[in-house]
Amino acid sequence: MPELEIPAGERNMVLNMGPQHPSTHGVLRLVLELDGETIVRCTPDIGYLHTGIEKTCEDKTYHQAITLTDRIDYLCPLTNNLCYVLAVEKLLGLEPPPRAQWVRVMLNELSRIASHLVWLGTHAIDIGAMSVFLYCFREREEILKLFEMVAGQRMMTSYFRVGGLALEPPADFLKRVQKFLQIFPGRIEEYENLLTRNRIWIGRTKGIGYLSAADALDLGVSGPSARASGIDWDLRRDNPYSSYDKFSFAVPVRQEGDVYARYLVRVDEMRESVKIVQQAVEGLPEGPVQATARGVVLPPREKMKTEMEALIYHFKIVTEGFRVPPGEVYQAIESPRGEMGYYVVSDGTSHPYRVKVRSPSFANLQALPRIAEGRLLADMIACIGSIDIVLGEIDR
Amino acid sequence: MISSEVAEMPDAVAVLEFDPAALADGKFDRGELTLVIWPEPLRSVCEFLKAQRGYRYLSDVTAVDWYPSEPRFEVVYHLYCHERHERLRLKCRLSGEQPEVASVTPVWSAANWYEREVFDLFGIRFEGHPHLQRLLMPEDWQGHPLRKDYPVTGYR
Repeated sequence: MPELEIPAGERNMVLNMGPQHPSTHGVLRLVLELDGETIVRCTPDIGYLHTGIEKTCEDKTYHQAITLTDRIDYLCPLTNNLCYVLAVEKLLGLEPPPRAQWVRVMLNELSRIASHLVWLGTHAIDIGAMSVFLYCFREREEILKLFEMVAGQRMMTSYFRVGGLALEPPADFLKRVQKFLQIFPGRIEEYENLLTRNRIWIGRTKGIGYLSAADALDLGVSGPSARASGIDWDLRRDNPYSSYDKFSFAVPVRQEGDVYARYLVRVDEMRESVKIVQQAVEGLPEGPVQATARGVVLPPREKMKTEMEALIYHFKIVTEGFRVPPGEVYQAIESPRGEMGYYVVSDGTSHPYRVKVRSPSFANLQALPRIAEGRLLADMIACIGSIDIVLGEIDR
Repeated sequence: MISSEVAEMPDAVAVLEFDPAALADGKFDRGELTLVIWPEPLRSVCEFLKAQRGYRYLSDVTAVDWYPSEPRFEVVYHLYCHERHERLRLKCRLSGEQPEVASVTPVWSAANWYEREVFDLFGIRFEGHPHLQRLLMPEDWQGHPLRKDYPVTGYR
């Protein structure tokens, strides 16, 4: 790659960081040109986790592809599931029942909390605050147990289906969520006590990795990283999907645009997510969790055993999949990292013709050179952590 | 050719006013507006949309391969306006023989990697791109995996 062969001058040194570096949060390689300890040029090199998910989707039926979406962003699989099924539902013109939408919102906000906890823990450990990591993973474990209750899996959940959910959540699920909601706000205080006014933390993050609002817009940065640069934009509020318009929550925005601001925005987001989950638990409507759409949604188990028609539909959906009318949609949702979009093209068959994943990390990583250039090498670690990238999502 | 429903949408009106010959086709489907732009005026239309219609954010650039029909490729741009919270999809149809279109990286810096990814996976060239190299696949890779004539299992 010609770009990576940086001509080293008399004073400049080329340093290869990654792909196996603990603070790159996956397999990210950075080619850094250094003048002393100052970064002159930063060139990210990606693609180490490219597994061709978009190509594989074209070979699967619409339902089978749900399992692939989990693997894109492994820190919030349910968010990927949601975005994909929303896109397919939009193609079909299908509206899932309110109960399913509410559970989707609840689980998505829990995913956001879990993802932010992993981010906070690893970001802090990168900078040197060891104990926060253990605290964060304690609470994340609790959320993963909740996911296991509904989906049977801790990480690769595949819980949402086109038309609703796979199953009704188990009986004591809501009680368990309530219990978590009671303890969690106090735990956020614990993290904040460890970091927010910590002099070392402030020294390592305040004024570091500045990104202006104009640059953020130009480079396609979205999510908390953009909101920390003063862009007041949240898809949950501005282009609501899955009944988000029925929930009340604030969108934390800060103007500073540095690593510290991104930290504060994400911590505040966790508090807002708790509020949304609380509303979802309290206002959870009764009713079915799957839309009535014969030929798309699998019939209930009991009907399959007693009705011939249901059995035929079950057989058809499982073996051939359902057909989707031709067309194309772009569905974007607010993932923990920013605007996640699925562009699904249908040619009328039971396999998607094209699935394109617009992943937020991909665009956010593009901003890294702008954030880090001109700063010290030691700040690089804080900068990478602060944009919260997931390499599985970048490379797909 | 362009339906009256599409021609009355504010974005379509603006593009037609800016350059009456730019619009090749358009549709409004499932609440999403798609404007098909001829390859030649693409960059100037993008500059216009950014400056005059508030589309300062480029969400995504991707492509669709309609092999074996012609024109084979569709390059798809998703724009977003933060003031009106609106989306707009632009499309550019390219032939299968040496597909090439003007790069929009001078308009939105974000297009840099998006276009590199499309080049890598579809083999579509972007004229005027500052650094058109493979992004996801290894640099010595043969072929472009997301093309429809490229087998899912790869060549063995």
